Amino acid sequence: MKRFLYSLISSLALAVTLVACGSSVKLQDAPVEDRSAVTNNQSTGSAGAASSAVAPVQIDGVDASGAGPVNTPKIVYFDYDSYVVKAEFQGTIEAHAKYLTANKARKIAVEGHTDERGGREYNLALGQKRSEAVRRALGLLGVSDAQIEAVSFGKEKPAVTGSNEEAMAKNRRAEIYYR
Amino acid sequence: MSITLLLNRRTLISLLVASAMPAFAQFRVEVSGVGLTQLPIVIASFRGEAQAPQKISAIVRADLERSGLFRAVDATGLVVDESAQPDLVSLRGKGADSLVTGSISALADGRFDVRLRLWDLVRGQDLGGQSLVVLQGDLRLAAHRMSDFIYEKLTGEKGIFSTRIAYVTKTAQRYTLWVADSDGEGAQSALASPEPIISPSWSPNGSQLAYVSFESRKPVIYAHDVSTGKRRLLANFKGSNSAPAWSPDGRQLVATLSREGGSQIYAIPLSGGEPKRLTQSSSIDTEPAYSPDGRFIYFVSDRGGAPQIYRMSPLGGNPERVTFTGGYNISPAISPDGRWLAYVSRVNGGFKLHLMELGSGVVTSLTDTTGDESPSFSPNSRLIVYATQQLGKEALMTTTLDGKIKARLSGASGDIREPDWGPFQR
Repeated sequence: MKRFLYSLISSLALAVTLVACGSSVKLQDAPVEDRSAVTNNQSTGSAGAASSAVAPVQIDGVDASGAGPVNTPKIVYFDYDSYVVKAEFQGTIEAHAKYLTANKARKIAVEGHTDERGGREYNLALGQKRSEAVRRALGLLGVSDAQIEAVSFGKEKPAVTGSNEEAMAKNRRAEIYYR
Repeated sequence: MSITLLLNRRTLISLLVASAMPAFAQFRVEVSGVGLTQLPIVIASFRGEAQAPQKISAIVRADLERSGLFRAVDATGLVVDESAQPDLVSLRGKGADSLVTGSISALADGRFDVRLRLWDLVRGQDLGGQSLVVLQGDLRLAAHRMSDFIYEKLTGEKGIFSTRIAYVTKTAQRYTLWVADSDGEGAQSALASPEPIISPSWSPNGSQLAYVSFESRKPVIYAHDVSTGKRRLLANFKGSNSAPAWSPDGRQLVATLSREGGSQIYAIPLSGGEPKRLTQSSSIDTEPAYSPDGRFIYFVSDRGGAPQIYRMSPLGGNPERVTFTGGYNISPAISPDGRWLAYVSRVNGGFKLHLMELGSGVVTSLTDTTGDESPSFSPNSRLIVYATQQLGKEALMTTTLDGKIKARLSGASGDIREPDWGPFQR
């Protein structure tokens, strides 16, 4: 409160000074060059291209996967630096293929993921190779291309956190998401 | 304490918003290393600064030090304003070549008048001054403009302190795209999303950011006007859409699309229309980046079996390999003056920032960290900002091109990544 009062007093004092001096403060000071540089651009407020103000935007969440075939895993794991669907996941692929060929209206996204090593964009491309491997495997079993979109999350959405091999193995994956 | 209570309604609102932001962390620049030729400079405390919402002289000092070209000579307790005649001889005696003096005062309308004068202590000359009248929210910008003034007067080159950097933070499951000052501070949120945001890229005029957002459960590219918040979906083709980069004229972007299967590079006209495919390979082609003269598009390809940097004509075609050392070279960035290629190279399992002088092909390693990512040049080609890991946390660093002066940018809390340095402001 004291500070507020102080500032009030100093504001009055300043106001008096301002009245006394006219439009500018401390006219007796030595003239200073380059008065216009920021003054014109920055003094007018937050609008306009020259201002430093940024308008914030908020995004809401997205939905969880819809139902697919019952009792069928939706994740295919990959070896390090590999983009080949392993034989052990052939049963999973066949179950989804069977469901999708029987339900032509259903659509899926195959979402490729990588472990955390390496650049974000390059990993995005590597995750794409995994999702496309699954897309091709489904295509070979008769699923229409129009039912599948292969996309990638790169290293952005790890299934588990951690930098050990066990965690990274769980993150090298393609997930099947029913839309 | 508070001339800042002397405010009109608009500034009061901005004060309230400001106090809710995480960007007021202790201002700090950690400089490691010593440059060979640094100009010794005394930066006096500005008169009125103790009562002001921003310590202008501290911001100026940190700016100049981060550039690697200046060494601040200690002047604790020295307060000199721009109208005073300082004791040049005794300051010269401290070993300084230049002196910065100034003041900050609140105006009746809530704005602030910031003034500066630069002295040449060797010749005993007044090198001129600057006076900027700004809103409280633009005080840091005013300080950076003054740093630019000093930098240009003393080095003959344009300063980059009043430019902006975009970066992304991740806290819990929240991703935020920030637009911050060149020192990482004064961050303002441009976009907040529960899904990842990567690869922000400034338009050549600094008004828009293109980036990759996963908000629709797949990577799509937006162009986002930062001052209005207006967003436009630029690429949402079947498959993944990523790695946007603007052409130097700002008329189109190049990006990586997988619409035809495989990650390939396309040119996307900003005015809309069909993307034009620029690469024709069965391997990964991604991370396109124009050379500033528009003569080349640099990109990453694993067509040789492992990711390397190549370049091709802007219309596609004539690809030629650029990196030859190391088995994993990604994330090319070309300096605005066209002389340098910064990229990330895997060395003994670590990812390290490297710099190639394009004329000679000579490569130097710039860091002793091992989780370097996403290099981006300052608009005067003198600094590189990059993401790295420090003590298990993501951090942003700047480095001079000789790797000698590094500074950690503070800015928003949480993991911090994906920096992109914006152009000179008009």
